[in-house]
Amino acid sequence: MNVLLAVPVLLPVLAAGSAMVLARFRLTSLLLGPVILLAVLGTAIALLVLADQHGPLVVQVGDWPVPIGITLVADRLSALLLVVSTVVTLAVLLFALGQRVTETRYRVFVPVFHPSYLLLVAGINLAFLAGDLFNLFVAIEMMLAASYVLITLDPTTVRVIAGMTYTVSSLTSSLLFLTAIGLVYAATGTVNLADLSAKLAALPVGLRAALALLLLVVFGIKAAMVPLHFWLPDSYPTAPAPITAVLAALLTKVGVYAMLRTQTLLFPRPDFWPLLLVLALATMAVGIMGAIAQDDINRMLSFILVSHIGFLLLGLALFNVAGLTGAILYMIHHITALAAMFLVSALIVWRAGTSAMREMGGLVRTDPGLAALFSLPAMSLAGLPPLSGFVAKFALLRASVDAAAVLTYTLAVAAVLTSLLTLYALGRAWSRIFWGEPRGASAGREAPDKLKARTWMSSPLLPGATAVLVASGVLVAVLAGPLTGLSQRAAADLANPQQYRSAVLGGERDGGP
Amino acid sequence: MSYLDLTMAVAVAGLYAVGFLLLLERSLMRVVLGFIVLGHGTNLLLLVAGGPPGAVPILGLAEPAAMADPLPQAMALTAIVITFGLTTFLLALAYRSWTFTGHDEVRDDIEDRRLESAEHRRQRERELA
Repeated sequence: MNVLLAVPVLLPVLAAGSAMVLARFRLTSLLLGPVILLAVLGTAIALLVLADQHGPLVVQVGDWPVPIGITLVADRLSALLLVVSTVVTLAVLLFALGQRVTETRYRVFVPVFHPSYLLLVAGINLAFLAGDLFNLFVAIEMMLAASYVLITLDPTTVRVIAGMTYTVSSLTSSLLFLTAIGLVYAATGTVNLADLSAKLAALPVGLRAALALLLLVVFGIKAAMVPLHFWLPDSYPTAPAPITAVLAALLTKVGVYAMLRTQTLLFPRPDFWPLLLVLALATMAVGIMGAIAQDDINRMLSFILVSHIGFLLLGLALFNVAGLTGAILYMIHHITALAAMFLVSALIVWRAGTSAMREMGGLVRTDPGLAALFSLPAMSLAGLPPLSGFVAKFALLRASVDAAAVLTYTLAVAAVLTSLLTLYALGRAWSRIFWGEPRGASAGREAPDKLKARTWMSSPLLPGATAVLVASGVLVAVLAGPLTGLSQRAAADLANPQQYRSAVLGGERDGGP
Repeated sequence: MSYLDLTMAVAVAGLYAVGFLLLLERSLMRVVLGFIVLGHGTNLLLLVAGGPPGAVPILGLAEPAAMADPLPQAMALTAIVITFGLTTFLLALAYRSWTFTGHDEVRDDIEDRRLESAEHRRQRERELA
């Protein structure tokens, strides 16, 4: 038994319960979250090292025999994503604490915010570690239920309407997921992923295709794949700023991770998947065109998020080690860069007193630090060398050119065009926000909301947490060599699931120190 | 596992059809009802997935070979708890939406309306010209 595996899930759940009880002790409830997340981060790093050295770590919860009980598995991909997501959730939590310290109206929500946020973290971690389909469903439900609460935390008309759209579309996808689980169980008699990967191969081709497509639709809704993306730009931007950052950076990636895991493990293909390539193309094109048309900074970033999901789909659709390596690298880059971008945007909105870019201007004179914080993740998202986006995009481009088919060449061209258009969209945002004459609240005029008129420096946690995320994005670029190696090994695990299967099914391991 | 009960299949299909139909309505109350019906359909499907009905799956009461498969029952139970909890949340949200807006209809998409009014304006200008 490897107890370490349960820590990233159990610790936040227990802490969520304690946070509810301890809500009246202000200092304790403020410190609880960051301390717990630091402990989870340490565990995640230990898991990554162990999984990289000894192969997948497996724990059968309650010691039930293999295909029946709940299985937790940490292979290289899960552990890697666990580390990245914990860094982001920690930084965002610090940002949220900073915001709550300075904005009085948020103090009211402390008793709800902390437990929900910790449950969100537990759900994300469980989704990465889940070794069977039903447990994955429970993890995603846990994460989404917490996100429904967080997105409507400080209810205004806009938030409630957007929250309704978000909740109903997520619930529909959850029920479809449950349907898929029922059908899979009826066909094979198991929901354990490793067990399924052996048993699904014996099913008729038509049934396998139907199950694969149903799971693609389910995770496509969660990952905001075009044409199932419509809910995202309407709901995410309305949430409180730190919530938007963590939802945008992590929730869609959990969908992509579930897609990676199920499609490679359950429905392996010898060659690339034309349908998913076309969907990736559509996602890139529709997303980036939406981004160019937007004036609201958060809506623009949401559309950029949608368009870049296309890059992840491209990596998966190639169905080879090179493509999967690119997808994993891109996932790491995108989680850090996007979370940083949304936090910076929160600071900009706070400083300017509006989220409409046409009403901003001249911020570079009043806030040069903010401009620096904006430029790094923006250039990284656009894929300029030597930042992390370039490393990931280059890997994906090379993989799709190496696949050498008309469709993959088309995708490579589309990916380059999407990167250029991202550069255009973010460059235009830069010139609107930072250049020109100072306007709005930054020019000293009275802000529409008195709270927003305060400087973003009022709590050192706000720029501090943002700077940590920006710096971790830079770190991804600095560590590109070792990370590429790690992603390659993780992708090789995905492409050859033998090791995963034998680790789960081959009885109990005595792995770990 | 090659067991198919026609009654159950029809019931599941009926619940899915009604559920999705209600989800597409504009009134939030009907959307919530649609979610409930759809949830029932999925839970029923999970139960059917367990194969033919059998004896109570408790050791000592029946032979293991005659027992119903307990795993889908456990999954259906979990799913029922989750859908129940989320239904209450959805109801609260619908109520909140009603207190804010005074009606319980899904609002038009703002950008959609903006595009539509721009189109109208252009059309009127063409007619005037």
